[in-house]
Amino acid sequence: MAPTLLTGNVAAAWGARLARVDYVPAFPITPQTEIIETLGAWVDSGDMPGRMVTLESEHSMLTAAGAAAATGVRVFSATSSQGLLHAMEMIYTVAGWRAPFVLVNVSRGLASPITLEADHNDVLAARDSGFLQIHCADCQEVVDGVLLAYRLAEDPAVRLPVMVNLDGFYLSFTREPVNLPDPAEVAQFLQPFDPGAIRFAASAPESQAVAVLGGSPYSYFRYETHLAAQNAVSVYGDIAGEFRERFGRERGAVEAYQTEDAEVVFFMMGSFATKAREAVDRLREAGQRVGLLRPRLLRPYPADIIAGALEGVSGVAVIDQNLSVGQGGVLHTELSAALYGREGAPAVLTSFIGGLGGREISPEEFYQMAAVTRQAVETGVTPPPRLLYTETELREIRKLQSVALVERDETSPRGGAGKPPGEEDKQ
Amino acid sequence: MASRVLGTALFRSGFTVQDAPKYGAERRGAPIFSTVRAARGASEGETINERGIIHRPDLVVVADDTLLAIPAAGTLQGIDPDTVVLVNSRESADTWRHRLNLQGELLILPAGSEVEDRADLPHIGATCAGAAACLLGVIEPEALTTAIDEELGPLGEEAVAENRENASAAFEAMIAHRGIVTEGAAVPAKDYEPPAWVELPVDDASIAAPDIRAAANSVQVRTGLWRTLRPVIDYDLCGKCWWVCSTFCPDSAIAVEGDKPVIDYDHCKGCMVCVGICPPHAIGSIPEYLAQQREQQTIEEGEADGTDPADR
Ligand code: SF4
Ligand code: SF4
Repeated sequence: MAPTLLTGNVAAAWGARLARVDYVPAFPITPQTEIIETLGAWVDSGDMPGRMVTLESEHSMLTAAGAAAATGVRVFSATSSQGLLHAMEMIYTVAGWRAPFVLVNVSRGLASPITLEADHNDVLAARDSGFLQIHCADCQEVVDGVLLAYRLAEDPAVRLPVMVNLDGFYLSFTREPVNLPDPAEVAQFLQPFDPGAIRFAASAPESQAVAVLGGSPYSYFRYETHLAAQNAVSVYGDIAGEFRERFGRERGAVEAYQTEDAEVVFFMMGSFATKAREAVDRLREAGQRVGLLRPRLLRPYPADIIAGALEGVSGVAVIDQNLSVGQGGVLHTELSAALYGREGAPAVLTSFIGGLGGREISPEEFYQMAAVTRQAVETGVTPPPRLLYTETELREIRKLQSVALVERDETSPRGGAGKPPGEEDKQ
Repeated sequence: MASRVLGTALFRSGFTVQDAPKYGAERRGAPIFSTVRAARGASEGETINERGIIHRPDLVVVADDTLLAIPAAGTLQGIDPDTVVLVNSRESADTWRHRLNLQGELLILPAGSEVEDRADLPHIGATCAGAAACLLGVIEPEALTTAIDEELGPLGEEAVAENRENASAAFEAMIAHRGIVTEGAAVPAKDYEPPAWVELPVDDASIAAPDIRAAANSVQVRTGLWRTLRPVIDYDLCGKCWWVCSTFCPDSAIAVEGDKPVIDYDHCKGCMVCVGICPPHAIGSIPEYLAQQREQQTIEEGEADGTDPADR
């Protein structure tokens, strides 16, 4: 089929439509709402069979999604940011049910301060839940990712819900050419859901997800979930292989771009990774051996595949579009853990925090991150983690603070409770 | 909408395209911007890797010239002498070139003639897309109209026809400048300026938390600057229902003073919610520039005859 221009949100909706989902519990939230609006219009017009129900909150939405999946039907839902957090109790709960379905998350930074643009702290808040995670870098990957996610979730060796993540604004509202897979081909790739033992019938009552008392049965069930998630690395590899055969697109657990002979590699995920791809091209033109490694699959963590791709690389610039407060970047922490003690692992992992709340990462910054990492390799001294933040940005913040403080001086009964640094003794 | 029409027109002309709007939590009446990127080589599978804001735009189209005066809008960010700036305005190119101290090319897309009825206002999105399509020089008029059909089809035939007409007229109006926009060359990596990164200092929580303790400071954000249409209450028609307009105004810009609703024009953003919602249709709208012209005249007449306009 000829490509069409689609936003990431509409691409996600197409993923659900092509997957022939039976049930869509929904609740709106910016920047996700376009997904459920699109699905709603299709259900209304009869273009898409299946049921769509709006719930009164994300918590109920996830409960409905998990419950429906536990009866053996194919379920799709979508949320973002605060909505995902509101549903968090059920995120852990339904993963433990081992009920497979697909949840799209449109990444948006978390409050406080409340904001709209993308970073990955929302989806990473769910990283320990038992949901598997596929991360997309462009709109084509969104539709492909949803199809892969159903295969992965429903695989008998896995049987876990899967989250497909796309960045708010940078993908959700951004149109790019997308090749919509042929429905007949999709039907071959993604057969009707075979629920096996997952079923529900009025005449055959059964209790799912019973309570346990005592650590022993609890440990058993939790660790079984973990083992199933670990199975998903090789299962995903097989599915991605089949996807490539059928649709001609490479969708492996990691994207390795120009890493083969690279000295320095950028390591990051999400849509800003395409900026890194562009930076790699520019840096290669300038004669630098730089590459990009991007995990598509974050849960399960494909540690061996990542380590293999980094063999022979001297330094990795890890760019985290997230912040574990009091610790640092999540990708940096996890990559360090995955590489520690491995022979031939890169000697240097530099850490950069960038793109929080959708903050731009400029070509000059990619250049500089590569330079800093190369220097660390040469000197053997790794610099401390760095927030990508410029003098100009700090000056703008100081300006806003001084406006706020002038007003506070004038209006607050306490008077000037604080002044920006350097302004203490000025009047 | 302009970015989608232009994006689709480029896509139908054989380009790889990426287009995206960007806006905040404010919707109706609030400024938004959108970007369109295009690359040759769609058939060779060329992809566009950059995304988000465009650091060095080749063409900037300003649909509302009042935005040029709002620094926070950053309308002309990243332009260089090769950037073409197209402004939808009633002022002349020289006026804007002088005001903005611009070196590069600045063109005017003449703003619609004076209309009293909002329904008669030209559809600025399609108009801007039509003008931009001409300036780019790589879009044939047919691709432009196809794009409008595709993007506006769901709005019905009438809307499509009207927008086609406006876009084509704008395309024709720019014909002398067809193809004036040139592709800016990418700066080679070796010429990059290193970013001036700073170490964030540890600030006292009293300033480092996103709290606003100053009372009533939103008054200082003059959302009235965004307005392109001004709602005007006709007190002869107003039934003094007292709350409908005031309750539904998303910016709380209508207060009930005494027994009548009064619009605070410093903060009315011109979303037209009140115009649509007033039960006896007592709120009309006039283009903001006309309202300002009339105010100016009133003030000048007042200066001439020595009376205070407020007293009349
Ligand atoms: S006064 Fe009317 S036009 Fe102005 S912001 Fe309020 S509702 Fe919108
Ligand atoms: S809604 Fe209309 S009738 Fe009611 S107070 Fe406002 S202007 Fe008057």
